Amino acid sequence: MTLTHKFTSRTHASAPKRGFLSTLGMGALIMASATLFSSAAIADDVNTTGLAVTDDTVTVGILHSLTGTMAISETGAQEAEKLAIAQINESGGILGRQIKIIQEDGASDWPTFAEKARKLLVSDKVAAVFGCWTSASRKAALPVFEKENGLLYYPTFYEGLEQSKNVIYTGQEATQQIIDGLNWVAKEKGAKTFYLIGSDYIWPRTSMKIARKHIEDVLGGTVVGEEYKPLGDTQFGSVINKIRLKKPDVIYAAVVGGSNVAWFKQLKSAGITADKQTLLTISVTEDEVLGIGGENLEGFYSIMKYFQSQDNENNKAFVAAFKEMWGDDSVIGDVTQAAYLGPWLWKAAVEKAGSFDVDKVVAASEEGDIELTTAPEGYVKLHPNHHLWSVARVGQWNKDGQATVVYESELIEPDPFPEGYQ
Amino acid sequence: MTFVYERLMGGKSGLSGFLILALFILIVLPLSLDLFRLNLVGKYLTYAFAAISLVLLWGYGGILSLGQGIFFGLGGYGMAMFLKLEASSPENTAIQSTPGIPDFMDWNQLTELPWFWVPFNSFTLTIIAILILPAAFAYLIGAAMFKRRVGGVYFAIITQVIAVILTVLIVGQQGFTGGINGITDLRTLNGWDITSNSAKYIFYFINCALLLTVIMASRFILTSKFGSLLLAIRDKEDRVRFSGYDVSNFKIFVFCFAALISAIGGAMFTLQVGFMSPSFVGIVPSIEMVIFAAVGGRMSLVGVVYGTLLINFGKTAFSESFPELWLFLMGGLFIAVVMFFPNGLAGIWKDYGHHLTNRLSGLRNWVQNSPAGATNKKMVDNT
Repeated sequence: MTLTHKFTSRTHASAPKRGFLSTLGMGALIMASATLFSSAAIADDVNTTGLAVTDDTVTVGILHSLTGTMAISETGAQEAEKLAIAQINESGGILGRQIKIIQEDGASDWPTFAEKARKLLVSDKVAAVFGCWTSASRKAALPVFEKENGLLYYPTFYEGLEQSKNVIYTGQEATQQIIDGLNWVAKEKGAKTFYLIGSDYIWPRTSMKIARKHIEDVLGGTVVGEEYKPLGDTQFGSVINKIRLKKPDVIYAAVVGGSNVAWFKQLKSAGITADKQTLLTISVTEDEVLGIGGENLEGFYSIMKYFQSQDNENNKAFVAAFKEMWGDDSVIGDVTQAAYLGPWLWKAAVEKAGSFDVDKVVAASEEGDIELTTAPEGYVKLHPNHHLWSVARVGQWNKDGQATVVYESELIEPDPFPEGYQ
Repeated sequence: MTFVYERLMGGKSGLSGFLILALFILIVLPLSLDLFRLNLVGKYLTYAFAAISLVLLWGYGGILSLGQGIFFGLGGYGMAMFLKLEASSPENTAIQSTPGIPDFMDWNQLTELPWFWVPFNSFTLTIIAILILPAAFAYLIGAAMFKRRVGGVYFAIITQVIAVILTVLIVGQQGFTGGINGITDLRTLNGWDITSNSAKYIFYFINCALLLTVIMASRFILTSKFGSLLLAIRDKEDRVRFSGYDVSNFKIFVFCFAALISAIGGAMFTLQVGFMSPSFVGIVPSIEMVIFAAVGGRMSLVGVVYGTLLINFGKTAFSESFPELWLFLMGGLFIAVVMFFPNGLAGIWKDYGHHLTNRLSGLRNWVQNSPAGATNKKMVDNT
């Protein structure tokens, strides 16, 4: 009886919206409702909000840039998400359902991200979305996820200052990346003076704000210069001259994208190399090194939570599977690995909740005991604040484009709104 | 009555085109699309404002502006600043170091609202700013260029440069403008939830009404003496000048009017999409607007609306069905239209559509006048 009631009320509710053209599709609609009706008995328990879940499939969205300037960076992330989903499907899926993917192209264009996110949530009714890369694309899509009550797994290390009910952040927020790295360089290299340089947008600026506070208030060091270059800028001559003049113990860099190539090449040709100068960057992963060339940053340091060269069983299996699926010459950077965690964290939360309903999955995620022991980076745990506990690692770059991990921190608690650093 | 018919609608062909468009966007689309798609159409129609401005400027005036994104962006930012201030009430931003200012200012260590944001606390002042500032800016550019008789390619390049400069300025001054992220997270207008379904419907229809009004106003201008002068300037600028007209003033006026139209589009864009970012100000969107006009037919006020819809539908549909191939398909579509139909969609309609209507009316006359017996045979001939 209840089912019949549901069936009629569903049809009824959609009636006023129906236009004359859709009468053409009436037949299809009735058939679709009939399918819904028949499967409702089972699917209803795990899906009370009308998501795209049937008896044996569940649909998710992948939303990254396949075209435009961000495509190079985002390719790794979407490949890792597809790998994770393929592996989950092989091992029996989620709650007995195989995962189907609908992929959309954000086209490196922020409003397109918002449009495609709405399409995935409203038209396709996907149960979760794995996607976004830049902060700008996340900021554009965020109101859509909050309005339509969707669920986004966001893979990039980012500036923090955000905690949405509808987002799980699988990358590290600013403090997780910055503070331990600075402590390390102060202790190991005896660094007292720092030169900060970054691309001019929200993430480098926020990161540098935290770095400066930590250097000045905690380490008792001094910041001898702080400089921002426009995105995509390739002229670092004046900055390099200033660095020569100030002779900082450490260059602390957050230059992103294409600018990175110019920045490291110009440093090298100015004679600033690792044997004379310590450089610590928070924006270079294996993906970037591919473009910069290992020989141009040999001996410099990056702080990340993951490096492809990490020596543990999880990572070996992950690297092998990734290369098998996407080719032997693919490299895996920090964000790629973080993206790989998304589907697994979602699986764990869904199974814990016993339901695909976003509210229940979020509630399960917020209990703070979802953990992955099989993560390539080692062990991760989801904090009630939607971020991951993670380890900060310092890697020293080699000629071949891989890093040697020289330092590992303890697990660091995520703190997207760090007090005293605002 | 004749005023409305001849001057606002543009006579018989103009009226039918106008009515078909009104029918299409006001009745057919809302009835046949779900809200998500309708909202997308609403977004596309905001670009149509810029495309219409290019009909006046480029199609009739012969002034190619590659910087309509500037004015679209200014209109959009004006609206976004108002909405952002409303969203940044001290209660909503209590977590910040300085509550009551937009979140991105707080992240950039600003402690008070910059002076040029203050007027955007008022809705009335915001509307006035949206209507006046872009036009005033266009006046400055126009006066500087046209008085010195800068035109043609040089003007196109200069407008493009201004678009770049404005983008760099917005991205660079992120404490004041939101930087590359733009102004995001806009939710209410005078307390009214702009993300609700009813608001989406209302904005869609307001947008359509404004669009139709803009078409009528543009038609009014084009059918006036000014319109004839504009055409004359396009075809033989010197002759108009030697006849004693001050050419530059006419050009400045049409440039300002085009800026005003684009700014209205931009403001409606912000309301319907819920944010504004520098990616609508730069070169790419400005050139896209020219493409909309080219595909729709740059001499047709109504045609460019279809052009805008077609291109954007193509973009959305191709990118949904072929996420990895869609840019090539879009490229193919542009090339096909420009190669085979240099006058755009409006040209196709003119060449074939009239043919069709003539045939239909011919057929009707013929059917009425002829004996029923001969109908079948003749019908075959006609098809």
